[in-house]
Amino acid sequence: MSEKIATRHAYGESLAEIGDDPRIVALDTDVSTCTMSVIFGKKYPDRFFNCGIAEANMIGMAAGLSTFGYIPFVHAFAMFMAGRGYDQIRNSVCYPRLNVKCVGTHAGLSVGEDGATHQCVEDIALMRAIPGMTVICPADAKETKAATKAIAEYKGPVYLRLGRLAVDTVTDMEDYTFEIGKAVRLRQGEDITIIAVGLMAAEALKAADILEREGISARVLDMHTIKPLDEEEVLKAARETGGIVTAEEHNILGGLGSAVSEVVAGTCPVPIQRIGVQDTFGRSGNALELLKQYHLCAEDICLAVKKVLFPKDRYKI
Amino acid sequence: MDQHKKSKLMKRAMDIRISGLKMVQKAHSGHIGGAFSMSEIMSVLYFDKMNIRPQEPDWEERDRFVLSKGHCTVALYPTLALRGFFEMERLDTFRRIDGHLSGHAEMRYVPGVDMSTGSLGQGFSAAVGMAVGAKLSGKELSVYAVMGDGEIQEGQIWEGCMYAGAHKLDNLIGIIDSNKVQLDGTVQEVLDTGDLKLKFESFGFFVQSIDGHDVEAIVEAIDRAKAEKGSPSMIIANTVKGKGISFMEGKSTWHGKTPDEEQFEAAFAELYQRAGELGD
Repeated sequence: MSEKIATRHAYGESLAEIGDDPRIVALDTDVSTCTMSVIFGKKYPDRFFNCGIAEANMIGMAAGLSTFGYIPFVHAFAMFMAGRGYDQIRNSVCYPRLNVKCVGTHAGLSVGEDGATHQCVEDIALMRAIPGMTVICPADAKETKAATKAIAEYKGPVYLRLGRLAVDTVTDMEDYTFEIGKAVRLRQGEDITIIAVGLMAAEALKAADILEREGISARVLDMHTIKPLDEEEVLKAARETGGIVTAEEHNILGGLGSAVSEVVAGTCPVPIQRIGVQDTFGRSGNALELLKQYHLCAEDICLAVKKVLFPKDRYKI
Repeated sequence: MDQHKKSKLMKRAMDIRISGLKMVQKAHSGHIGGAFSMSEIMSVLYFDKMNIRPQEPDWEERDRFVLSKGHCTVALYPTLALRGFFEMERLDTFRRIDGHLSGHAEMRYVPGVDMSTGSLGQGFSAAVGMAVGAKLSGKELSVYAVMGDGEIQEGQIWEGCMYAGAHKLDNLIGIIDSNKVQLDGTVQEVLDTGDLKLKFESFGFFVQSIDGHDVEAIVEAIDRAKAEKGSPSMIIANTVKGKGISFMEGKSTWHGKTPDEEQFEAAFAELYQRAGELGD
């Protein structure tokens, strides 16, 4: 695998690249060197607005700017974008369907040492519940760059979830294309499907390797768009492989696992196991150690696969 | 100001109230108190000060208006209809399931509404963003935002003020409809907001305190605000909640309550009498 890059870094570079479009403006809340909107800010200072530590006002300002034909990208940590800014995103952006892109970085437990107040594990659930919102969480740097370009071209509100931690590239195939709402099949398989978002896509691939050695053929989907969900690909997975494991760095309530379950339950019910944060807050610690402690690793995915495939063993584990 | 223009603007304010009260009567719901306190403000903005094209509501060079106190559509919608943005009959669909005149201001379906509002404190930030957008795109226009004096208890208002002051957004004119009454009681009882002039001045605003029912005073305050370069403006319009209907004036009970038939009759009688006194 190639060099590890954080999705927020790839995003910052990509935003600066597409910044030659004069409609694009960026707003930040005193964290531009963390969200990496600083790269755009340095290149296009006239179209960069540091709003200070005031998320609510920033989101409202972006709504106002969008009515002048601008395409505002607003930046904060996921916790304070989706959490503190929920009402503003719902009422000032999504209800009037304004063309604002809400970028939440440092999502999930992998924020690490800063601890629970900064580890947002509810943002996908919050953003997904708003009518008309598009929710995207790329798996790696390459996908982030493609997603950034795609959401700039898409007209409507978007929530883009990015991470702090440097991650492996998983979409390094030649025929890779990014389309909002279309899952990427990272690996073919017949016995089960692992559907993952964000940094869990890399763990899903590692799990598939381990499973292969045990004679289990696992399909792996990178579900970069959680809303609108690629229902067709989810149902195909259910029909063709008969079981699903979801993997996300998010609460198991309301996120990818919930979205997949909602689709499958109504049309093609198959057993589903959800890997994610078990409805609990995070804590301070090294990011990789946290992912291990909260059971967000390849080994945990393998265990979940076995719970689906061998239901009789379910209670023994 | 010449007498003819003054009485025309006063008459328009009464027309807004009468059409607003009809809307509430038809819908059996709506906020009368805070709409009637800002009727003169709306009259001056839409019938004198704002550069707008009712036949071309999305005209890019137009002045912008944000009703940050988004519940007061009982003032906004009649103003837009009377100004010609849409037909008067449409007011009959206010708050109804078969219409598009939502209880709170709605930009997607109502011509002339520049921002959807309702969640208090949010509209002003959108106005700040519009002021930034106007400057960035080199448009010489003014952005107006009307806020409630209860609404400014929301912290987001002060975030917006901090930004507007720091960045000297002199194309932004905020107006506080200071009717002294909010849902639960007087502003002083609920949460005293203190010396507003001092507060806004400390945020870098050019602040004027005026009689918000005196159309001449409103016109002059807006003229002074537009002439003031290098700082955003805040006009504290001292008003009376429920203005124009004696039994509603200054009463928090008339924030969102619907009158009964007898009260409607008395209210219309009073409004028509006052309108009659103003002539045609």
